[in-house]
Amino acid sequence: MARTLINVPPKAKRGQVIEIKTLISHVMETGYRRNEVGAMVPRDIINTFLCTYNGEEVFRAGLHPAIAANPFFSFFAVATASGKFEFHWTDDEGNVETASAEITVE
Amino acid sequence: MRKHRRLLPTRRAVLAGAAGALGAVPLLLVRPAAATPEKMQAAIKSAIGEAPVKKGKVTLDIPPLVENGNTVAMSVSVESPMTPSDHVKVVHVFNEKNPQPNVIDAYFGPRAARAAFSTRIRLADTQTLIAIAEMSDGSFWSDSIDVIVTLAACLEYN
Repeated sequence: MARTLINVPPKAKRGQVIEIKTLISHVMETGYRRNEVGAMVPRDIINTFLCTYNGEEVFRAGLHPAIAANPFFSFFAVATASGKFEFHWTDDEGNVETASAEITVE
Repeated sequence: MRKHRRLLPTRRAVLAGAAGALGAVPLLLVRPAAATPEKMQAAIKSAIGEAPVKKGKVTLDIPPLVENGNTVAMSVSVESPMTPSDHVKVVHVFNEKNPQPNVIDAYFGPRAARAAFSTRIRLADTQTLIAIAEMSDGSFWSDSIDVIVTLAACLEYN
């Protein structure tokens, strides 16, 4: 569906605060614009974003049309154990885009 | 002569048409949808209820002068130790003059290290933004900021 870009440090010390950055390509059509012939362009946005770390929630967001195209998020987690970060984006039609990143904690 | 008259519009028809077009203009210029401060208050009420909101603890960071409203970097941080007993549950961001008053609802899970996030938003006009944080103890804290926007979002085809 869409291209995603994830930035999670591959290695971290136990207890270290790490920054996670995510980007997904999406038009985030607001539903308030008109096309070339004057018809309203229907709304099509990603309405939910979720990040989990070994199954536990880190950050979740409800998005509105005021979020810019190609939604970007950055947020923070504590590196507690080696494992997997998983990312889920859900759009208005219920399509879910997922991505994941591994981290090694020493 | 008769044929000629049919092909070319008469003076009367032209004038009537012009008047009609002028009359139709206000109908065509539909006022762009915009959330008003009242709508923002209503959105805040539906998100957090009637709870009192105190100023402080929250920092809403956005450039004060925005050249392009289509992508505006915004970051929000809240002073909190983020422990199981004392943490930030959710941060709501609202605006006054976009078509809709809500911007984002950001929830922090048990693995969040800091009550902080960054994203990119759209701004349709020069306006005030408000971020409201709900703490685990049920208190609400807020920060507001005025932004000047020189090129508004959502105008490509309008």
